[in-house]
This record gives sequence, C-alpha cells and structure tokens, in this order.
Amino acid sequence: MNVGRIISFLILLALLPAAAWAVIETYRFSSPELEARYHSLSQELRCPKCQNQNIADSNAPIARDLRVVLHEQLEAGATDEDILAFMVARYGEFVRYRPGVDRNTALLWASPALLLLAGAFGLVWHFKVRQASAPHPLTARERDELERLMAHSNKESSH
Amino acid sequence: MQARRFTPLLAFGLLTGLLYKGLSIDPTALPAARLGQPFPPFTQRELISGAELTEQALLPGPALVNVWATWCYSCRVEHPFLLQLAERGVPIFGLNYKDDSSKALDWLAQLGDPYRLNIFDADGLVGLDLGVYGAPETYVIDEKGQIVHRHVGVLDARVFARDFQRWFPTGLTTNRLSLGGEER
Repeated sequence: MNVGRIISFLILLALLPAAAWAVIETYRFSSPELEARYHSLSQELRCPKCQNQNIADSNAPIARDLRVVLHEQLEAGATDEDILAFMVARYGEFVRYRPGVDRNTALLWASPALLLLAGAFGLVWHFKVRQASAPHPLTARERDELERLMAHSNKESSH
Repeated sequence: MQARRFTPLLAFGLLTGLLYKGLSIDPTALPAARLGQPFPPFTQRELISGAELTEQALLPGPALVNVWATWCYSCRVEHPFLLQLAERGVPIFGLNYKDDSSKALDWLAQLGDPYRLNIFDADGLVGLDLGVYGAPETYVIDEKGQIVHRHVGVLDARVFARDFQRWFPTGLTTNRLSLGGEER
C-alpha cells in the first residue's frame, strides 16, 4: 500500500513539466507587452555555455548576463531584430534557436522538405517498382503441374 | 538485382562514416563571431593602477588578450605557460573577467604577473561584447587591433605551436626575446 503510494508519487514527480525548472528571477517591466516579448525572446535565445538550454532555463552566469542585457534593451526600446542582431554579433547564429538561412544552416532549413521528398520517392518506389516485380500469374502448364503435385500430396497424407 | 543485396551494407557504411566523423567534432566549440572585426570599444579601469583604459591601450599588436578570473580553475593551469610566453616577449593583455579585484591582485602577487595591462571587467561587459562564454579564452589581435583568432580553454605549448605561432614567430621557437617585445 505504502510502496504503491511512493511509486505513484515518484511517477508523478518524473512527469513534472520541464518548465518547472525555469530560472526564477524578477524583472520589472514597464508594460505587459515588453514582458511578453522578454519571455518569447529568452526562450528563443540559446545559452552559449549550456548548449541545450535556452537562456530562460539556464542557471549559467552567462545566461543570466544575457537575460539582464535582454531586459535592459527591451526597456530601452530596442526591437526584436535589434536584440537578435546584438546577440548574433557576439555569439554567432548559434545563439538563435531559429537561425537565419545562410550557407551553414541551409541544409538544416531544407531538411524537412528533403525528407518529405525522400518519403514521397520511397512511396512511389514501393508502389510502382515493387508492383512491377511482383510474381507473374502462373501459366496453364504451371497450374497443371501444381494441381498434380497437390493431388499427389493429398493422397499421401490421407494414407 | 545483385546490387540491391549490398544496399544495407552501403547504408551501414555511410552511417558509420557519419558517426565516426561526429566523434572528432567538438560540439561545445562555438564559432567566433568577432573574427576579422576590431576589438570592441570599452572604457574600464586597469586592475593594478586603476587608470582608465580603452581599446587603444591594446595597440599596436600582434598581442594576446587572455580572459581570466580567480574563480576559474583552468586559468590556474595555464598561468605558468602565460608566464613563459611573457618571458619570451609575447605581449599579453589580461581581461580580468567578472572577478573580485582584491582576489585578482593576490593571484598576480602570488603566481606572478604575465600581463602588460589588465582590463578589470567586473560586470563582464567587455567579455559580453567579445562573445566570451567562459574562462579561460585567449584572443589574438593583429597590428591593426583586429581579432584574428580565438582559443577557448587552456592555452598550452601544443596549442600555441599549432594555432598561435604564426603571429608570434619568435615566441617559444627560440630563446631570443621577440622583437615585438620591450622595444615598444
């Protein structure tokens, strides 16, 4: 009984949403609109140190610095483009979870379309080429031969 | 028909090649966004003298700019090598990054001071403008003050010989003092 409770508690614990680990910090915003932009930008900017977290989730000092800069720039009236350009100038396209299209990221951006295309080709191949190589229907002679063999084996098994 | 039997083998070979290549790629290495650009402008105090420093103080290069802090363990590891470089005439500027000035001064007094000057960057703002994401990092600036190389992590003789030597031809290959040294 008790063990069951502990296990279900542990399962619930494991299911806690990752968002619960987001950093708790308070910034004062002069308008709710700025706050909304802060949240969306801090989730789109990637922490340079801990690479699979955005700066909203990361506890790394550098992520904190970037949040401070983000807050300052938003309050100073910078546009989203200004802020992203500021970050990219310092940390490269790497800091964006949605990098711009350039030579390095072209394959990344094209890959969904390429995969879709590959899938389409696969389907066409499956239905066209496979069908063409499907077994031909038996000829009259082959059918006779088959029947003869079947009759023979039936006779044998009935003995 | 015969060729199709080898398709899985071919796919396996390709995948293995791809994964093998992946082994030698360092996923934590970041492209340096500031390469080819001038050192970002700043106005900060010098760590020891307290005098005001700007990016002009780093000129003329070539010189190293070493990002360090007393909280950074690897900086302690590379410190003796920096002292050797300085001894052989390689100009090194320090960027004391998000540090406590009294601890930093103790560090230099105890371990030796390889730096021409130290930019005291308590808030990490110069570091942010440079695109620093951890210490130690070492930058090379050329004669015109442009950033031409960045190394992340401990700088040692092997890394120096491989990536830095070409800007400091006399640093370390001979015991002679580099011409880029004291005459300036």
